[in-house]
Amino acid sequence: MRDVAIVAAGQRQQAAFTDETEVQILLPIFEQVRNDTGLEQSDIGFTCSGSSDFLAGSAFSFVGTLEGVGAYPPICESHVEMDGAWALYEAWVKLQIGEIDTALVYSYGKSSPGSLRDVLSTQLDPYYLAPLWPDAFALGALQARMMLEQDIVSRDRLTEIAVRSRDHASSSPHAVRKGDATTDFVEASPVIADPLRADDCAAGADGGCVIILAAGDIAKNVCDRPAWIRGIEHRTDAHSLAGRDLLSAQSAALAANAAGVGDDKIDIAELHGPFTHQEHLLETALGITDETIVNPSGGALAGHTMMAAGLMRIAEAATRVSAGAGDRAVAHATSGPWLQQNLVCVMEGD
Amino acid sequence: MSKNNCAVVGVGQTKYQTTRGDVSMAGLVREAAYRALEDAEMSWSDIDAVVIGKAPDFFEGVMMPEIYLAEALGCAGKPILRVHTAGSVGGSTALVATSLIQAGIHERVLTLGFEKQSESNATWALSLPQPFSVSINAGAGGYFSPIIRQYMIESAAPELIGCMVAFKDRQHALRNPYAHLHQHDLTFDQVVEAPMLWEPIRYSETCPSSDGACAMVLGSESVGDASSKPVAWVQGTSMRSEANTFPGRNEVNPRASRECADDVFSQAGITDRRREIDVVEMYVPFSWYEPMWLESLGFAEIGEGWKMVEEGATHIDGGDLPVNCSGGVLSTNPIGASGMIRFAEAALQVRQMAGEHQVDGVQRSLGHAYGGGAQYFAMWILGDTKP
Repeated sequence: MRDVAIVAAGQRQQAAFTDETEVQILLPIFEQVRNDTGLEQSDIGFTCSGSSDFLAGSAFSFVGTLEGVGAYPPICESHVEMDGAWALYEAWVKLQIGEIDTALVYSYGKSSPGSLRDVLSTQLDPYYLAPLWPDAFALGALQARMMLEQDIVSRDRLTEIAVRSRDHASSSPHAVRKGDATTDFVEASPVIADPLRADDCAAGADGGCVIILAAGDIAKNVCDRPAWIRGIEHRTDAHSLAGRDLLSAQSAALAANAAGVGDDKIDIAELHGPFTHQEHLLETALGITDETIVNPSGGALAGHTMMAAGLMRIAEAATRVSAGAGDRAVAHATSGPWLQQNLVCVMEGD
Repeated sequence: MSKNNCAVVGVGQTKYQTTRGDVSMAGLVREAAYRALEDAEMSWSDIDAVVIGKAPDFFEGVMMPEIYLAEALGCAGKPILRVHTAGSVGGSTALVATSLIQAGIHERVLTLGFEKQSESNATWALSLPQPFSVSINAGAGGYFSPIIRQYMIESAAPELIGCMVAFKDRQHALRNPYAHLHQHDLTFDQVVEAPMLWEPIRYSETCPSSDGACAMVLGSESVGDASSKPVAWVQGTSMRSEANTFPGRNEVNPRASRECADDVFSQAGITDRRREIDVVEMYVPFSWYEPMWLESLGFAEIGEGWKMVEEGATHIDGGDLPVNCSGGVLSTNPIGASGMIRFAEAALQVRQMAGEHQVDGVQRSLGHAYGGGAQYFAMWILGDTKP
């Protein structure tokens, strides 16, 4: 495997960017990562983005952000209709071939103009499930209920995860739900879909995230302490909701195992769990223990930008490795109902 | 570190038609995937990863449908990637799959493009109004017609060149059992007399709306070597994108197209493009794009692409550079699959497996796709020998 590292990462996230388009959200972040590395778009070997037309309400919505990144002279570029974490995977693959040395990855989402929990229903099996319009919170609640009834998790543990998110988010500039990190406060939050309270569900957000990857010596030249990617893998589970084991995150465990998460001590884990009970499932799937700081940013619970929340987890983990807050970190991204699809990225400092 | 070789070892297509009401989306993609596996003499368990592409999700009304399609594609427990780069997506998807092999990450990758346009309405999906922007509400034809008119003015091409392309591709389609349009009794006069849809584009010069899926199995060098059938070796791949809107942009012959072509021909070591390429599968959704791309790809001098059409150089019978022997996008357009079909047909030609529309003695072929406002490009060159 060729040595490839994250050498710059930037993000913007708030509850709603009511006065900015997706392009306007991204432009300052492009500028930041370029300033951080001294790399211009013309220095970038491959550009890859992730977004969803359904969120933007427009076909080919990524054409606008292509103009934002600067695509003239023409660039080598691709786009996935997935969270930006998978765009990063595609860029990493291109870097592995060895013909280019740098890549720029970005993703963004603006779900505030609509009702994301309903929009996500259109992601389900269109013939047998979507016509029933089960919303995303209702589906999450079914899983949480099963886990509680079968003692996979306790109500106290869910509350503990919600409190942890609020606590960690307090020092995070990008978190949208922070502070009031007490059991009483979380337990007083309204029930959204029984048994899930508001604080069990990720706080909706708009935002964008940009990462620059570089290989070998270039990474060392543009970054004091690159976050070297030591393993990156992704897997999916079946979709059919009745055909799934909802009490574990199998594909997350497969990806974690393939990425070598358990090979050494993990200092920091950034997990993309849209619900408290899913964060618990992910900790189990990745074999996270007490020696790991989980979601120092507050995690996706503290701010969930659809299509970028996974890439933001990678950015949060990489930034901390680069800052010396840890030597080995794991970041995780998910997509689909009930943690159907999962990506795991292991990073190390020098 | 060196790039690993990659070969196309299997191709599978559905019958393309207006409405595949007999299958769900899952049934549609599985049909193509299964045929590709059969061709590759493999089973689902042999596949390491899947790369799927399609055009806007509004075409079916399902957000990120690959999530739902994972089981139908045998992906449970495996990696799946979903690519979307506008109309070029079928080509880009194949190139992402190729890069997984070239990087040495996987040995066998299933790649697939599909569209089930009958589930929605493409012109509506392409014309959704956006805040602070003017929608021309005209779909793709309304967008491209002024660009085509510009080409006609600049090249002084005769008015009926587009009709000649359309008639040729519909004739080619008769030799391809999978093609959507099989217009057995069509005459050239009927093509010319068809109603004007987006002046200068006649109805007969546009592509149909199709349901369909196209799949390929790509393998590493050892997988290609072990194949009992001929395989097509990837000799060059390239992708380019450029911004859509800025003053002075050459929309007739975009710089991204020229640079993408230069890159892919150079990788394949090709200097005399017209002589060294035996057959082309080119993305031509509106007839006039054949002469336009012939020039942009360097098969003809600027302003002279239409002469190749007029001389019959791109016809399967007697042409020295047959273009779209499958019938092309003009005869079959499941949008998200259309680029993949170009890439797959290029593979079939090199493998001498194109049936009635096979060109004799093909050693090297070009697969081409474009999308957006003629701003996304994906190309590959295949050969019967390793690069």
